[in-house]
Amino acid sequence: MTIPTDLDHRFREAAEREGLVDVAYDVAESPIGDLLVAATDRGLCRIAFRPDAALDELAADFGARVLKLPKRLDGVRRELDEYFAGHRHEFDLETDLSPVPAFHQQVLHELARVPFGQVTTYGALAARVGRPHAARAIGGAMNRNPIPIVLPCHRVIGSNGSLTGYAGGLDKKEALLRLEGVTL
Amino acid sequence: MMEAAVIPPFEHFYTDHRDEVFGVLVKRLGRQRAEDAFQETFLRALRAYGALRHGEHLRAWVLTIARNVAVDSFRREKPTVELEEPIDRDLPRRPAYAELEHLTGELPPTERAAVVLRYAYDLPYAAIGAALGSSEEAARQAASAGVRRIRKKEHA
Repeated sequence: MTIPTDLDHRFREAAEREGLVDVAYDVAESPIGDLLVAATDRGLCRIAFRPDAALDELAADFGARVLKLPKRLDGVRRELDEYFAGHRHEFDLETDLSPVPAFHQQVLHELARVPFGQVTTYGALAARVGRPHAARAIGGAMNRNPIPIVLPCHRVIGSNGSLTGYAGGLDKKEALLRLEGVTL
Repeated sequence: MMEAAVIPPFEHFYTDHRDEVFGVLVKRLGRQRAEDAFQETFLRALRAYGALRHGEHLRAWVLTIARNVAVDSFRREKPTVELEEPIDRDLPRRPAYAELEHLTGELPPTERAAVVLRYAYDLPYAAIGAALGSSEEAARQAASAGVRRIRKKEHA
């Protein structure tokens, strides 16, 4: 017997009210496809291009009490909408990077300073975190960036100007850079 | 960490079982009361979810919770009526459970549920407590009381 929609909503609201949820998530539509957006009490913890696969990862990283709670992601969805509409150049969101290794966290914090519409290289980012020869490790940190778009790993390209790679697919990296007015 | 990884995200557990649980509760309690019982069932499950050590037998577990919530709902409604409901009515038939049936058949309902969930389904006491609507310690006591009662009968 299919449960009534309002009963489903009431349960989700009660779960949130009682503070029983480790991770709240929703699926947001965007010009580059559906995005899973997820947050803990500390902040935004995940944006994923493949919503189906991401729930297991969230459970492993933050706890199994993962529940779809669209209201909790209202602010994130709004800022993403503004970004995709070209009205927002910086995100004003708390993030939760607690499962990310310390060095990768340091790289991601540095990455967050690369402004809208500009690109940098893996090597330059390596130099900025004091590890000038660690371009490869920087690539690893970008590849495992849990919060793409908001932490703009799409703005990091190869030293020869090639797009190199993107966990969400190169077409998405290209679309994001075009949106920001970067000439490719 | 290996074991924790096999526990599905609660959203999957919930969407996999919500319709069946609601159906069971409607059949037992009627539509009106089933809605409250539904919410209580999944809140109990969610409260205990972090204590699970593996992801097996989750259907049996949530149906046991639902049954206990339904019994509580009946008791609130008609406090003097004793229910004579077989505990396994909605549980899937599984070999592990069937093996214990001849031993647990005559136990009081709470002890029987605690013994089956602990020894047939290998659930931690915190999760059993949630299923029974009591505490981890009460679940531990119910299971050990059940085992004592079985031993006593075996040796009688």
